[in-house]
Amino acid sequence: MIGGLFIYNHKGEVLISRVYRDDIGRNAVDAFRVNVIHARQQVRSPVTNIARTSFFHVKRSNIWLAAVTKQNVNAAMVFEFLYKMCDVMAAYFGKISEENIKNNFVLIYELLDEILDFGYPQNSETGALKTFITQQGIKSQHQTKEEQSQITSQVTGQIGWRREGIKYRRNELFLDVLESVNLLMSPQGQVLSAHVSGRVVMKSYLSGMPECKFGMNDKIVIEKQGKGTADETSKSGKQSIAIDDCTFHQCVRLSKFDSECSISFIPPDGEFELMRYRTTKDIILPFRVIPLVREVGRTKLEVKVVIKSNFKPSLLAQKIEVRIPTPLNTSGVQVICMKGKAKYKASENAIVWKIKRMAGMKESQISAEIELLPTNDKKKWARPPISMNFEVPFAPSGLKVRYLKVFEPKLNYSDHDVIKWVRYIGRSGIYETRC
Amino acid sequence: MTDSKYFTTTKKGEIFELKAELNSDKKEKKKEAVKKVIASMTVGKDVSALFPDVVNCMQTDNLELKKLVYLYLMNYAKSQPDMAIMAVNTFVKDCEDPNPLIRALAVRTMGCIRVDKITEYLWEPLRKCLKDEDPYVRKTAAVCVAKLHDINAQLVEDQGFLDTLKDLISDSNPMVVANAVAALSEIAESHPSSNLLDLNPQSINKLLTALNECTEWGQIFILDCLANYMPKDDREAQSICERVTPRLSHANSAVVLSAVKVLMKFMEMLSKDLDYYGTLLKKLAPPLVTLLSAEPELQYVALRNINLIVQKRPEILKHEMKVFFVKYNDPIYVKLEKLDIMIRLASQANIAQVLAELKEYATEVDVDFVRKAVRAIGRCAIKVEQSAERCVSTLLDLIQTKVNYVVQEAIVVIKDIFRKYPNKYESVIATLCENLDSLDEPEARAAMIWIVGEYAERIDNADELLESFLEGFHDESTQVQLQLLTAIVKLFLKKPTETQELVQQVLSLATQDSDNPDLRDRGYIYWRLLSTDPVAAKEVVLAEKPLISEETDLIEPTLLDELICYIGTLASVYHKPPSAFVEGGRGVVHKSLPPRTASSESAESPETAPTGAPPGEQPDVIPAQGDLLGDLLNLDLGPPVSGPPLATSSVQMGAVDLLGGGLDSLIGGTNFVAPPTAAVPANLGAPIGSGLSDLFDLTSGVGTLSGSYVAPKAVWLPAMKAKGLEISGTFTRQVGSISMDLQLTNKALQVMTDFAIQFNRNSFGLAPAAPLQVHAPLSPNQTVEISLPLSTVGSVMKMEPLNNLQVAVKNNIDVFYFSTLYPLHILFVEDGKMDRQMFLATWKDIPNENEAQFQIRDCPLNAEAASSKLQSSNIFTVAKRNVEGQDMLYQSLKLTNGIWVLAELRIQPGNPSCTLSLKCRAPEVSQHVYQAYETILKN
Repeated sequence: MIGGLFIYNHKGEVLISRVYRDDIGRNAVDAFRVNVIHARQQVRSPVTNIARTSFFHVKRSNIWLAAVTKQNVNAAMVFEFLYKMCDVMAAYFGKISEENIKNNFVLIYELLDEILDFGYPQNSETGALKTFITQQGIKSQHQTKEEQSQITSQVTGQIGWRREGIKYRRNELFLDVLESVNLLMSPQGQVLSAHVSGRVVMKSYLSGMPECKFGMNDKIVIEKQGKGTADETSKSGKQSIAIDDCTFHQCVRLSKFDSECSISFIPPDGEFELMRYRTTKDIILPFRVIPLVREVGRTKLEVKVVIKSNFKPSLLAQKIEVRIPTPLNTSGVQVICMKGKAKYKASENAIVWKIKRMAGMKESQISAEIELLPTNDKKKWARPPISMNFEVPFAPSGLKVRYLKVFEPKLNYSDHDVIKWVRYIGRSGIYETRC
Repeated sequence: MTDSKYFTTTKKGEIFELKAELNSDKKEKKKEAVKKVIASMTVGKDVSALFPDVVNCMQTDNLELKKLVYLYLMNYAKSQPDMAIMAVNTFVKDCEDPNPLIRALAVRTMGCIRVDKITEYLWEPLRKCLKDEDPYVRKTAAVCVAKLHDINAQLVEDQGFLDTLKDLISDSNPMVVANAVAALSEIAESHPSSNLLDLNPQSINKLLTALNECTEWGQIFILDCLANYMPKDDREAQSICERVTPRLSHANSAVVLSAVKVLMKFMEMLSKDLDYYGTLLKKLAPPLVTLLSAEPELQYVALRNINLIVQKRPEILKHEMKVFFVKYNDPIYVKLEKLDIMIRLASQANIAQVLAELKEYATEVDVDFVRKAVRAIGRCAIKVEQSAERCVSTLLDLIQTKVNYVVQEAIVVIKDIFRKYPNKYESVIATLCENLDSLDEPEARAAMIWIVGEYAERIDNADELLESFLEGFHDESTQVQLQLLTAIVKLFLKKPTETQELVQQVLSLATQDSDNPDLRDRGYIYWRLLSTDPVAAKEVVLAEKPLISEETDLIEPTLLDELICYIGTLASVYHKPPSAFVEGGRGVVHKSLPPRTASSESAESPETAPTGAPPGEQPDVIPAQGDLLGDLLNLDLGPPVSGPPLATSSVQMGAVDLLGGGLDSLIGGTNFVAPPTAAVPANLGAPIGSGLSDLFDLTSGVGTLSGSYVAPKAVWLPAMKAKGLEISGTFTRQVGSISMDLQLTNKALQVMTDFAIQFNRNSFGLAPAAPLQVHAPLSPNQTVEISLPLSTVGSVMKMEPLNNLQVAVKNNIDVFYFSTLYPLHILFVEDGKMDRQMFLATWKDIPNENEAQFQIRDCPLNAEAASSKLQSSNIFTVAKRNVEGQDMLYQSLKLTNGIWVLAELRIQPGNPSCTLSLKCRAPEVSQHVYQAYETILKN
């Protein structure tokens, strides 16, 4: 299991050091600094073995988190734990920065003592942790006996993510379907790979211990449930989508999903990620990028890029940005664009073309002349792909939320009393066209 | 509230000031001071001097302060054990606190203080806490048992904590169950034999129930534990699989990977004909693909595991090639891993796409990645024959880019393609030749030279090209020098008229001006070959080359099976068994997949392998000409698989082969070793004398200092048979030289003089390397001890038995004959350690009928001892593995005539007899090798 956990700043100074196992000595702290943080070459693996000691690291802005062990630990678990650790810290004091870590070091030690015991991760749900570890110090001495046992039963219990007795005057919930659409297209317009990775994020303000049931237009779910009425199957079959795979928050009863394809759960209070999914079929690609690069002699490059929006004319895409890479020996750039603003950013070696809004079924164009310095460098320019960023108000996978039902048998509010909001946002993930 | 200020105190006298503050009456000030201490401790300053003062702060009802003091205690208690005792009372008191959080905190901290005296006080509170009414306390106590076990294992067992821990597996609270499982698993690892985690269908059922209810981390503990269970039949395996599959949808990647591990393992037990087997295969692909959308570090772990899974069960992901396409912004470690998997998944169906991608990658920035991509294109050509042409044209396009390292890498792989598809793509040679000047890496230069030599007859200016390399011959690396030598000899054999001068030049460069023994040896071999029998030389040098294999870098099947049992863990990331990177006995218990069930491919069990020596009718011991040449030619470029360079060892192997084998005529007709110069063919003239004696040194090699096992002297020639001369003797091998230690006793009444010795031709060409020198006449009843150095370059004739040596000894009285058997281990050379990959390849390559199995009885040695004993006799352990409690030693040895013998020695602790399996291309040596083993091991 994890033998120790260290946090360093960018200089390699240790900010937090917590050792759980006897086989990890102080020299491990230095070994990581010397061999990884101060290493001359770029780090080539997130797992490093130095003198039979393994170091796992993740980096958040300029902070290094390293877990150390001498055993054959579950590597996936260690990384999951490090991410979780970052989430927990972020939930307590916001951005993970040197300043924040130094300001909260006592709190971090306390958290580390609680969520990692002898190197074994324990309950790390922020909701539960916040009931007894607070930024203002511990309040336990003032707790009543009932409160204490409520804490412990929540921390260890089946529903470790929610405490009992939550009350809201207005029961309300928000569902965000957040998708990022990824594309790799050849210069000729052939889709090399495309997939959508989506998340359903729920923000709930519900009283008591509500049972929720979530439904969407997934093919398998619909087919399974729609057996009774053949009519409905054929009707909804048209709009249903094929989800390649999905994963759920730990509150979802997986065995029930496996057997009945129904997504049922008692949600944590506040915001959480209900599920993640991935689709690869019938993706609506919101934009098509058509590049045209022409080399004119050795010192000039002509680039023309057309973008076409491919969705309902009534919808508006936002925050559109097209990034056209330029060679390293670029000396000057002239750009003309039909819409938005375009600028050559020498420091980023790219022309950045920004458009605030664009409706569906439209197209726009940019042309640029790139002057090159003559070089005797034989190496050809690698021509990185043209990438694009945008945001659209629909789900490119075609996913639709069909229902989210809420039952709370003990309290007297029904599904109808809950105010529900659903929002779809499609963003670009890695959306690239080779040129 | 900015705690960061505590980090900034660096002035002198700090400790003193802190001391004062710690003893202050004001609570706030105390707390501040402790915080400062902790901050100093974090940065690495030694604040142990403050121990008593900090411990004094412990008796407080301020929980925050208490936690800080505990943190300090965990760090320094070990350095101040006596002081630490001061804390005990507070701990014991806290274990009785009404607040469960405080009870748990006390137990948790006490377990972290590794001081014996404190541990003693821990038993009672721990016993209580294990049965506490509050689950939070119980789950903490469960882990504490593991902590205590780490400090004092005996005590934990004596106090019966293990039984209590086992009871917790049936606890009503899922988290308590999970922690108990984790603790028990860890304890069980250090006691591989104990039946601690007594898993049975009932307890498995409990675990599976808890699996649905506990935290994500708990699920990981339980799944990892389940993976160690061996279901009793396929029905049980299937029912466990059914209950584990829902975990594949968990958001936590570690839960998913651990579930994959359980499924991969138990799948072994399911019949392939079962519908469920197919369903399960289908269910495994999507979650594995989803892992690739996780954060990059997890992607890396996932990809390393997928690499294993693809090798074990290629069918799972065969349609998912696209998801392994590299993204521009992937970190380099993800890119390299993806590329690896792409090559493995490449098939005729997807090759077009793969090639297009690879070509794209070859234009990227990262040099390593680009090289690997170019190499991958070559692998595709070799793997998918239909694509070879397209691959070659892609490679040519890349060569046209003139990017230096791309060109070099491309030439290296094109050489492999030529090997695989001879006489198909030679039209590209012209293009390759254009790039000759830009090659500056040895591997690429060597590859290019190989190509020029191999196709010398089609390249008009081959001699000019090769000559141009010759100018800076001594600045080249060995690899290039060797290649150049071979290429020019090839050229000479193909176009003898124009290139005589060139070949003379390279031979003299190689033999006279170089101090590299490998190069010199190869030079001499060619020289002699060419001068004695050019036709034979042609057959040797231009022989047909063995084909190269399609798949590379495959993990050896037993290791792969073991690694599958470690999916998700570090072992699967390193692709090494835990014993390779974990110290001590912990966690190195060997794991293996359950045996496959009947319905499909039943593995051959080793027991069915033929035992005993193979029957007599076998080919000659001395490898047939063909074999030899294969070896010799193999070394041209080393194995195409681009593993670690093997050229060096195979060069020597080839050289010795030749000397022991067909070239005896060269050495001269007498059984006495002729003075080397006499044997040198005249036409090449050169001052070879010094060189040749070097050549003979070669048999002595560079060896370990300790010698091989030496048997006590035995009487070989009794006095009554030899007119009063008694000879006893033995054979020794020390630092690479063999000698015959003789003891001559004169039991006659007259003085003996004029001793001489001669050997008959024998299987391994043993011959005296010097005349028998008995300086003074041997008077009656006198004994002399003589050590006669032997060489293995004498004439060869197969003897029966193989190790029979017929000796003639002459003195002034008469000539006497006797024969003796020499132990084979004197022929084991010092460089007989084979490279692991080579070993693996060779082992597979040698047909099974050549395998012989022997029992060595009454040899109560452990693997370590056996290995070191054998090593001193030049039997080298290439790899060691533990399979189901048995130690398996994989060993290699090489005979003076270049025959390799591969061995697998299975040692069972507690069982005095061990099993030896031998594989060798010349199976009749096996029997004698076995005898050598027996002699060495038993002495």
